[in-house]
Amino acid sequence: MRSRLYPVFKYTVIALWACFVAGPFFWAMTTSFKDANGVQGGATYLPWLQYEPTVTGWRNIFGGAGGVDVMQPFVNSAVVTIAASAISLVLGSLAAYALSRYRFKFGFIKNSDIVFFFVSQRIMPPVVLVIPFFYLLQWTGLLDSILGLVIVTVALLLPIAVWVMVDFFNGIPREIDEMAMLDGCGPFQTFVRAILPNSLPGLTVAAMFCVVFGWNDFFFAFRLTFTEVQTLPQAVVALNSSIPPWWTLSAAALFGVAPLILLALRVERYLSKGNLSGAVR
Amino acid sequence: MEGLRRHKSMFLLPGLLTLALIIIFPLLFTIRVSFSGWNVSSPQMDFIGGANYATMLDDSRFWASIMRLALLAGGTVLIQYVIGFGMALLVWREARGRRLWRVLFLVPMMTTPVVMAAIWQMIFHESLGPVNDLLGMLGLTKVPWLTESGPALVALMTVEVWQWTPFMFLLLLAGLLSLPKEPFMAAAIDGADAWRTFRKVTFPLMAPVSVAAIIIRLIEASKLSDSVYVLTSGGPGSSTETPGYYLYIQGLRDQQTGYSGAMSLTYLVLMIVTLTIVAALLARAFKLKGDS
Repeated sequence: MRSRLYPVFKYTVIALWACFVAGPFFWAMTTSFKDANGVQGGATYLPWLQYEPTVTGWRNIFGGAGGVDVMQPFVNSAVVTIAASAISLVLGSLAAYALSRYRFKFGFIKNSDIVFFFVSQRIMPPVVLVIPFFYLLQWTGLLDSILGLVIVTVALLLPIAVWVMVDFFNGIPREIDEMAMLDGCGPFQTFVRAILPNSLPGLTVAAMFCVVFGWNDFFFAFRLTFTEVQTLPQAVVALNSSIPPWWTLSAAALFGVAPLILLALRVERYLSKGNLSGAVR
Repeated sequence: MEGLRRHKSMFLLPGLLTLALIIIFPLLFTIRVSFSGWNVSSPQMDFIGGANYATMLDDSRFWASIMRLALLAGGTVLIQYVIGFGMALLVWREARGRRLWRVLFLVPMMTTPVVMAAIWQMIFHESLGPVNDLLGMLGLTKVPWLTESGPALVALMTVEVWQWTPFMFLLLLAGLLSLPKEPFMAAAIDGADAWRTFRKVTFPLMAPVSVAAIIIRLIEASKLSDSVYVLTSGGPGSSTETPGYYLYIQGLRDQQTGYSGAMSLTYLVLMIVTLTIVAALLARAFKLKGDS
């Protein structure tokens, strides 16, 4: 039925897309090994042939003279992302477990409405939230602090954790809960001993989404922290200008996205069949 | 299970209360502020009635940004859906190398949007960037990508398509992989060709995943502002501004707090209404009723 040209067509399309995907990374990689001469030479792609590679850009972001500090922003980003993800996963999976196992009725509000309430937060544009958060943090003295940024990041991540985990818990047979209770476990013990060990794939997907969204947040960090607490996306964007120290910017950008690319390679196999399509519903 | 009933709220309440504070406080705050004249010169929550909303109705820059967002979000999500679905169809029967496709499509959506926008800004640079270099090799003239309104919108859409098509691809591929086998066997026995099989079997079976993927992407696309900030700063003029970016300028840079509150609420309400209508229309278009 399918013509012999079909594989040619298929691999051409995929190869073109692969070039489109890899292009920006390739460009950033080659640019990070340029200097003023290399950049001013116009668009060049091949080191040694078209320009002489140097490590100025990479030296600049790792404490070279006249460079920028990316290590402190990196640590800040990591602390905020990990703390906010952990809090969101704990609060989120507890709430999701309750929503998956018990019926709630407050007047006309049912379980599905509560789940919707959690997820509906994703509709709020950051710019609508950020002005109230600004004054809230100012009043509580948490503006420009790690703790303040962790709290607002939880706001971003908690809905994601609940959303993924409700769906995942719904897929775990209730017999597991009942067995644990027959063995004399209380509710919290059942959750910790029987449910959580069976939830690693779900928790992995939820944690991945939390870490990605937390690490990628720019807007909250941009408006709610200024000097002391600067996150990595802020540090990279601060380097961005039309006058190029492009080699430093490229090195910082690659350094900034590298943790997520490594994470993608690690968790890729969990994103098989059920997990992701389940997360949609 | 009986003994647990007393405990169920202990599981739910910590998360629920956290979220309630996080959503309800900003909403009440924004509603209150939107009726005040709070700005950079008079930082107080006086009550000035609907004056901010009246100003907003005459603010053509705000309405232009809303229309631009509709175009950008609708256009990019449609492109992402078509490319993502096409790619998923190309590889879903492929047993070999599936891991490679997944990695290839996972990476862009996991990278930080503003950081990638900074890289794209170099790529679209008029004289030093590779896009114009490639156009030159093809004998075409250079395009002022980021300094002219039309090309700037194209550049912005390119970045969005690059970043988020993989999301569509992964969801749709997951959907394809979980489809039942029987309808396809029946179609093969009936001697249906590839196009007919797609139209009569694959596409209808994929309707629920399609609608979900499109809605999720529309919700995220409707917040578009970070990459605008990095790539074009809303320029040239205000020709690439989205509501998110314009609100940032008004509310946080120029500190027209009351006025930006009014626009925030309007933006939020318009978004929810539009997305609800779009979701209903999509469900009808894909015939999502019972039989799926």
